[in-house]
Amino acid sequence: MTALPETAAVYWRPRLDAARLRRRGHGWTLTTLAHTIPFLATAVLLMALEPLSFPVAAIAVVHAWGIPALYANRGAGVVRPRPRAGDASECTALGLLGDLLGHEARDLHARTGLALERGRLGVWLVGEAGALLVRPGGRRVDCWCVQAKPVTSEARRIDGELPSADRTAHLLLALREDEEGFATVANLAFSGAVWRLRRRLAPAMRPALDAARAAA
Amino acid sequence: MARLIRMDQTGHTTLAEWTAGDAAAVDAAVTAFREQLDAGYYAVVSTGEGHAEQVRELPEDAELVILRRPIAGG
Repeated sequence: MTALPETAAVYWRPRLDAARLRRRGHGWTLTTLAHTIPFLATAVLLMALEPLSFPVAAIAVVHAWGIPALYANRGAGVVRPRPRAGDASECTALGLLGDLLGHEARDLHARTGLALERGRLGVWLVGEAGALLVRPGGRRVDCWCVQAKPVTSEARRIDGELPSADRTAHLLLALREDEEGFATVANLAFSGAVWRLRRRLAPAMRPALDAARAAA
Repeated sequence: MARLIRMDQTGHTTLAEWTAGDAAAVDAAVTAFREQLDAGYYAVVSTGEGHAEQVRELPEDAELVILRRPIAGG
């Protein structure tokens, strides 16, 4: 297997493997706790000192709940559908993507817009401008922001925007070439509990997350 | 018949088609392949379910060679 050539553009990033991914996940958990605990502690302290301060304590609790939810919302954003190209190009692109996927994954993509791909790091759900990685065990998910770029600014002018299925196919092929390189190139937008992300996903996409969780 | 395709705004465009015995078609495919690599595209060949391989020379025996754009963190 050859390394994904795009990793050269992010030479300062260490190549991601399962151990590094676990450490990054722990980092996210600690960050979430650091955001949450002070607000909860403030709420408890206020109630202990003065029960009439209940409204302020309630606001602190809302903050403790809301900050991780905002992060999860950012994570869900990586697979949010983008504007569609013309019908003809979308059909052509869907045909190619369908050829790349197996029967079950093709069916799941048709229903949810996400392509399920099993990897060594976990089970991936590949979207148009990002991917979700459900770790083995199905409890933690990582949300990666990554997309196909025009080869030059001139190409952007001539080539225009890719159909949505082509955007997914780009990411799928890169993932299949080099899974760890793919995760190295991508930007991590969220890492946390699957249930937290699921609430923020579009309802149509939730069956894909459930399928990935079952497969992980 | 083998095909060299590039994913673009039309879905994909077939840049070359060839069969192993047709030297002229293979030469034309190799030329198109190199032009696209020089332009910054990457060439990928599926190597079984869930696997793909980047190629820097046109694999004449491949059924389908796909040209893709680079990816980058968003």
